[in-house]
Amino acid sequence: MARLEEYIPIVGQSVIDDLRLLGERLKGKVVQHVNSTPVGGGVAEILNRMVPLLKELGVDTRWDVIKGGEQFFEVTKRFHNALHGRPVEITGHDFDIFMETSQENIKEVNTYGDILFIHDPQPIALVKKRSDNKWIWRCHIDVSNPNRQVWKFLMDFISRYDSVVFSAPGFSQRLPIRQFLISPSIDPLSDKNKELPQETINAVLNKYGIPKDKPILTQISRFDRLKDPIGVIEAYQQVKRYIDCQLILAGGGATDDPEGIEVLEEVKEKARQDKDIHILLLPQNDIVVNALQRASDVIIQKSLKEGFGLTVAEALWKAKPVVASNVGGIPLQIKHKYSGLLCHSIEGAAFAIKQLLNSPEYAKKLGENGREHIRDNFLLTRHLRDYMLLFLSLYHPEDIAYL
Amino acid sequence: MSELIMTREPFRFYTRLSLSELTGLRASTLGQLLKLIRKVPGSCIYHHTHRFLQQHQYLSPEPPNDFAYWVAEVLGEDELGERLASIDTVQYATIRSLRDKIAATIEDYLKDKPLVRLRFAREDEEFHFVKSVSFVLPTNYVANNLREFVDILKKITIDSIYFHIFESRLRLEKGNNDFSNWIENSVGDKELADKISRLDPYTHSLEGLRNTVVNMIEGRIST
Repeated sequence: MARLEEYIPIVGQSVIDDLRLLGERLKGKVVQHVNSTPVGGGVAEILNRMVPLLKELGVDTRWDVIKGGEQFFEVTKRFHNALHGRPVEITGHDFDIFMETSQENIKEVNTYGDILFIHDPQPIALVKKRSDNKWIWRCHIDVSNPNRQVWKFLMDFISRYDSVVFSAPGFSQRLPIRQFLISPSIDPLSDKNKELPQETINAVLNKYGIPKDKPILTQISRFDRLKDPIGVIEAYQQVKRYIDCQLILAGGGATDDPEGIEVLEEVKEKARQDKDIHILLLPQNDIVVNALQRASDVIIQKSLKEGFGLTVAEALWKAKPVVASNVGGIPLQIKHKYSGLLCHSIEGAAFAIKQLLNSPEYAKKLGENGREHIRDNFLLTRHLRDYMLLFLSLYHPEDIAYL
Repeated sequence: MSELIMTREPFRFYTRLSLSELTGLRASTLGQLLKLIRKVPGSCIYHHTHRFLQQHQYLSPEPPNDFAYWVAEVLGEDELGERLASIDTVQYATIRSLRDKIAATIEDYLKDKPLVRLRFAREDEEFHFVKSVSFVLPTNYVANNLREFVDILKKITIDSIYFHIFESRLRLEKGNNDFSNWIENSVGDKELADKISRLDPYTHSLEGLRNTVVNMIEGRIST
């Protein structure tokens, strides 16, 4: 696990100095994170990186996990889908199961922290135990269009918190408590984002039989309809009429997902015999993803829906020109024509890709701007700073706080 | 040797870190935008007119404020976008007066072109009002003379420069930037102070602003 000083060459000494100043202001406070799993999933990944760094900054940070059986997690998975706005039937029995496990956790989990930082809906009911400590609910889900029945149920708990945190402005709701915007982040020192020697990149291209004789367009994502892989192929085909290029569609996680396998078959059918379309079903391998992104001339993220879309941040961090849909958290990462190109359609995506391939200087400038935008706004160090400011905001309700 | 003259008061560098607070307020038409611009807290107006300076500080010149960007890119009203982008923020001493100017600019445009009221943003392209919450902290850097001042200025964070140039003048309503105030009142160099005051900081990137002020002071020290 990287230490703070390893980030200095990337973000500068002064950014780390500021983090230390904030850490000093939080001395003596115990911050207790609670979520539903110690491994797997985005929340655990973030906490695994955050907790040691917060400790290094002098913030006494702990991490506890609630318990739950299969039924409970089936219900919370349905809650998750419903909050994303997908059509899901939720019954009174589901709410009973949720409350039964929640009551057990309320009994079992010791909420000793000065600040309780509760992640996602699974442990949300712990707030019933609140005493004179501070409580934050961190919502990692796109709730721009939530199922009203589930949202109303959760509101009974949410209103007992001090603050809520969302990842994008579009997720905010009219609430009786304070709500903050804190975007997720990428770790520039992780395998997925660290610098790679050219030999590693070449070795990956060789392994997958991808020649370097023509421009490479790449979309990294699960084989999922919401990522619109078919639309990506159609955009590529429109570009290909004018510019000889190749397309990589790479992603993992399809083997245990029936819909994923179906989508993968559709994609293969669509690609047919085009030897310039490389469909790679990858096992979890961050170095391979990193190498494919670095080998690309244009990165595409043509999602129809997106929670935040950290693959865009990963691509921009590698100073790649990106063409991406204007959905979810993507417009926070790309300002159209400044740090990438946004699109709303297959034709729009194809046009943007052609512009970038035909204007390498413009593409380079967008990529460079994109990298600086990520450096300033979407690296782990900014995330740490925002979390510490969030903790301090619990003791400073004013708009301008002097610390 | 003005560089070594001990000042009446040392200059303590502060830094300012900010957090974005959501309001749940959103606009999908120009009429709604105008109505909300009039009623949201000043911290929202501040956020949407200054966010780009810090979040896109690598771009020079910076993109316009959020209102101008949304009006032009989402509603397609380029002319109003240009009018909002070219509001001379440095001429306004308070957020209130800046808010009034933005509102009046939109109102005038709507009077000229009432049909613009009918334009709607797509559901995922609405304007979301966000507040800027500032946390101001003293740093460990203190300057006792101009030489020390300029040496610190070269290495301090851009958040510190941002605080002393933008936030102090407009949001804290001090009327002038902190650097000019100190150079005039503590160093006693009114000419240099005025020169820094006359800069339009909104047309520089923050790094560009740092270099410009450093050059002005070093030029003064060497004369």
